[in-house]
Amino acid sequence: MYITSPQFKENAARALADARLQKALSRTGSHAKRARAVAALPEFERLRDTGRDIKNHTLANLDFYLEAYAEKVEAAGGHVHWCGTADEARAAVLEICRKAGARTVTKGKSMISEELGINDHLEANGIRPVETDLGEYILQLRREPPSHIIGPAFHLNREDWEESFRRSHTDLPADRVFHERRDILAEARTRLREAFLAADVGITGANFLIAETGSSVIVTNEGNGDLTQTLPRVHVVLASIEKVVPTLEDCTSLLRLLARSATGQDFSVYTTFSTGARRPADLDGPEEYHVVLVDNGRSAMVGTEFQDMLRCIRCAACMNHCPVYGVTGGHAYGWVYPGPMGSVLTPSLVGVDKAAHLPNASSFCGRCESVCPVRIPLPKMMRHWREREFERHLTPLPQRRALGLWGWLARRPGAYRLAARLGMGALGLLGRGRGAFTWMPGAAGWTRGRDLPAPEPGGTFMDRYARQRRGAGE
Amino acid sequence: MSRNAILGAIRRGLKRGELPQDQQEMLRDRMARHPRHLIPARSRLPHGEQVALFIARLEAEFGTLERVPDASQVPQAVADYLAGQNLPPRLAMAPHPELQALPWSSLPLLSVEARRAEGTDMVSVQHGYAGIAETGTLMLPSAPERPTTLNLLAETAIVVLRAADVVGAYEEAWDRLRGAGPMPRNVMLVTGPSRSADIEQTLELGAHGPRRLHVILVDEPGPPP
Repeated sequence: MYITSPQFKENAARALADARLQKALSRTGSHAKRARAVAALPEFERLRDTGRDIKNHTLANLDFYLEAYAEKVEAAGGHVHWCGTADEARAAVLEICRKAGARTVTKGKSMISEELGINDHLEANGIRPVETDLGEYILQLRREPPSHIIGPAFHLNREDWEESFRRSHTDLPADRVFHERRDILAEARTRLREAFLAADVGITGANFLIAETGSSVIVTNEGNGDLTQTLPRVHVVLASIEKVVPTLEDCTSLLRLLARSATGQDFSVYTTFSTGARRPADLDGPEEYHVVLVDNGRSAMVGTEFQDMLRCIRCAACMNHCPVYGVTGGHAYGWVYPGPMGSVLTPSLVGVDKAAHLPNASSFCGRCESVCPVRIPLPKMMRHWREREFERHLTPLPQRRALGLWGWLARRPGAYRLAARLGMGALGLLGRGRGAFTWMPGAAGWTRGRDLPAPEPGGTFMDRYARQRRGAGE
Repeated sequence: MSRNAILGAIRRGLKRGELPQDQQEMLRDRMARHPRHLIPARSRLPHGEQVALFIARLEAEFGTLERVPDASQVPQAVADYLAGQNLPPRLAMAPHPELQALPWSSLPLLSVEARRAEGTDMVSVQHGYAGIAETGTLMLPSAPERPTTLNLLAETAIVVLRAADVVGAYEEAWDRLRGAGPMPRNVMLVTGPSRSADIEQTLELGAHGPRRLHVILVDEPGPPP
């Protein structure tokens, strides 16, 4: 996928000025939904520990579980295609589609497919990919990338849907009326039914892979993923290597966390375990079952300070609770994965040179970590990326100089206190009478949204602290 | 080759070679034992209350349910439901022996075909393997007598489930399934009818899968006569 992460600041400024986007972003309900689901399950906090531990155990033995998983897939008549890079994965998918003589390919929602750019590659080779998740479908019509990992069309309003459907479904009467959202849904359902029945290959992602059984697991509410993997002659699963878990029980424990964290449902409508191809005497199901197992930069995270990121189960709770995501939306982040999890993962996968802005797009408020179902220390890892950015001299010069000055002062307490006292004194004098500054030179962006309170007389924190201790000692 | 390159990179990251045999043995043993983790207490109930929890959770997820005292009443319950919903008396039914043994012929106006579902079917009847009380979830494993398309293609999906097959937690359903043989090709856990919240984050029922999910719960234990 095309990357605009280096222009994060420009992207964010544009997003803030976009009234339609701001209208869509103002539709928040996910906090309350998650909170309700969590409150209804007293064991939730302990389940988060369990989820973290299951993922850590798997990552510590990732090579073993991947081999065990592949063995089981093959025993069930499936094929595993190990792909180190995005190029290899695209080639593997195309090869499977060509062998199947595919003209139309239906697709379930998959972030790894976005990461690999599967659709463009198929189209360039004369194969028609059809996204079947409702949100992905409209984005395909609009030629836009998703802005959220579970609600890809989060940034759109109802009028955008109506407009796109009128423009794309030109065989229907142009003056038809969409009375309700349900009418939009019904039109998409009819349209996509035709694609489901026509497709030669169905491509889905995977929320989990299970080593014990060789199964791939998808979680959806619409049922599109299930139609995608059931009706065509060939089913292709795209999955990255960190999706594997040992057993059905391990997967079940993680599933108890996933829907609650993602949409606030106790369980998604369809949680489906696929194992190999159609069995003898089966009346339906695909005749071929392929797993394209993708690394694309993840194995290099193992053993580093970013290994914990591989625990991520893609629930989107972090972005749903992120104040930065909440005002910029997902497109500003400039690549596949937005929000806090993207700010950690994107630099790992595309390089910190391109994505250095992302770990800086955080106030470190810590809400992401506080809701992460597998307790990924997201702020800590963003900090690691900021350190790497600094080490590699990617930080802009004025910022480096300021950090250098601050570092010099911070290591010299006497000088630091003197500087603080001088700065406070000056601000206190200037601000006397008005109480707060509505504008500061060099900090206009900051003061545009809020006032900076003028320091009150009485000295710095350290001065007061010293006075109080003296007082207490007397 | 990519397989070895990926495994090699993981091992380098973990700062070790291939796991020693004894450790591999331990992990294989863990998979064979598949230990359970923390299971929420909400479904740890006497069976009757598990059934009540299953019903409450299913209805909270927009499913509907009718309870019949014995299997012979299933065809009439299906016919009444279709009439009540203004649906045509035609359905595709799982070719499962328990369903085929039911007295469908007593309802000459109802057309029942035992087969997989097609895109044109409006109503399907599936055989329920288990009900999971914890979240009101149906377990529907594929088999020649339980085609997956019956869970997906019709706008109205009816599932016939014996009350005796309601369990508490997912783990109990997995154990039953393991006891029945190798992992089926497809196992669907279905919780309510299909839905989407992709348009303005507002929930609408009936996305690509069934718009209605109706469970007929049979109280009689054991297979029908």
